[in-house]
Amino acid sequence: MALLSPEVYLKKQVLAVQEYSILCATAIADIFTRPHYWDDVWAQMDSIGVGSMPIIVLTGFFTGCVLALQSVTALQEFGAVSKTGSLVSLSMVKELGPVLTGLMVSGRNAAGMASELGSMKVTEQLDAMRALGTDPIRKLVAPRLIATVFMLFFLTIVADAFGIAGGALVAIYLEGLNGSSYLHNSYQGLVYGDVVQGLTKPLFSAFIIATVGCYFGMKTTGGTQGVGRATTQAVVVSSVFIIIVDLLVTRAMIGIFGS
Amino acid sequence: MSEGKAKSGAATMDLPESSGPVVEFKDVSIGFDAKQVLKKISFSVDRGETLILLGPAGCGKSVLLKLANGLLSPDSGSIRIFGQEITTMREAELYKLRAHIGMVFQESALFDSLDVEENVAYRLYEEHVPEAEAHRRVVEALKFVELEHAITKFPSELSGGMRRRVSIARAIISNPDLILYDSPTGGLDPITSTTIIELVMKQRDVSHTTSLLVTHRLQDAFTMATHRFVPEKGMVALPTDGPNHGTDESTKFLMLNEGGVVFHGTTEELVHSNDPWIREYLS
Repeated sequence: MALLSPEVYLKKQVLAVQEYSILCATAIADIFTRPHYWDDVWAQMDSIGVGSMPIIVLTGFFTGCVLALQSVTALQEFGAVSKTGSLVSLSMVKELGPVLTGLMVSGRNAAGMASELGSMKVTEQLDAMRALGTDPIRKLVAPRLIATVFMLFFLTIVADAFGIAGGALVAIYLEGLNGSSYLHNSYQGLVYGDVVQGLTKPLFSAFIIATVGCYFGMKTTGGTQGVGRATTQAVVVSSVFIIIVDLLVTRAMIGIFGS
Repeated sequence: MSEGKAKSGAATMDLPESSGPVVEFKDVSIGFDAKQVLKKISFSVDRGETLILLGPAGCGKSVLLKLANGLLSPDSGSIRIFGQEITTMREAELYKLRAHIGMVFQESALFDSLDVEENVAYRLYEEHVPEAEAHRRVVEALKFVELEHAITKFPSELSGGMRRRVSIARAIISNPDLILYDSPTGGLDPITSTTIIELVMKQRDVSHTTSLLVTHRLQDAFTMATHRFVPEKGMVALPTDGPNHGTDESTKFLMLNEGGVVFHGTTEELVHSNDPWIREYLS
């Protein structure tokens, strides 16, 4: 690969930010103006929401299990084993549920969007769509954005629920804790601000997954090799963005709710 | 991609009555990554005319077609389609204008997830043409390209030649006023190429649609210029009467080389050209 001068490299990065911003702004504007491609929205909701359910259930459940195991060991030292439920539910709802769901859906769907749109780009299907009078952003990006934002919200709730259930299973059957006490502590440990924080994060993650996946897909060049490159970039960039935005949202929420 | 239909229609633009050229390029230049592909290109195509674009690979023939459809914007110059300046047009206006333009892409560019009927009817669905009417027009277009038996097939089940024919059916279904053919015979065997060129000729001689055709196959270009489709016989024939040995007067040539126009004129002018580069290219 040819080495770029710092000036050319910086110009490319600034151009990429500009193009990404224009794509995001256009997709958001398309959501609020007609025509809408609702059939594509339902199809994407099925693909992203129902299709991601198994991996989200498994990820949430086993994360909850591991969290309970680790928590019991650590809390034993302080004689606070009864707080296991509270620790698991707080960790799952505020942090692990939203972030892990975002990362899993990013790996599955940002990659899928980048490869699907990338293949369409290199085979001139996007140009054909424009030539036939259809705006590809309205037809392909806006439905994916709506579907991801809507479905990631509910997938996060599913991951949280299975995480707490997994934690309960380990705490009760492996560690011999009282089930009623675990569930009571799980419930009592959560306050309004925690739930709001946990359910705000997937909205940002979903926006990142859909827009980054579609951006890299629509910018694909270089044939099948380019499609592979776009897919990898989409997953890497969206995953890193999710973690960075998670930090920013957490800080903002602490500022708003105070904990 | 699903076969979803928009809930509100794709609008079309009413074209102004114009006696001027359908396509007009004036000093058009475009480059990619510091490489100038087209340099100050100027030419025009009159109503009912077929312009064949010839030139070596990479000389900017496909880029020129994309410029004519507004899929690319030039760095400088003016492009007028149906008398309207498209270089300053907003994308939303371009979508309306494109309702009058059909385009056949180099590799067909059929939508993989849609079957042949949905591919051909794509524009009709966007315009909310009733389903029965859309089906009737799809069958009609597929009969034109002799592929009505493949209506339920998916692009992956079709051969290269069949995909091109479906692509032609998709381009002509809305009876466009301008058709852009981007290497419709590229990568095909000689027999299939002849079938495709006969379809292009049929469209030219039956509908008299203005068209731009990119090709790197000289035999296709000269077949277009010398042969005619005879509707009464339903086949292509070589006319022996008429001026200029029966060559089609409405079919002209534009030759590009190194980003510039090296020839623009009729078949007779082309074959009698004394330009050494043209003679070498034709030999």
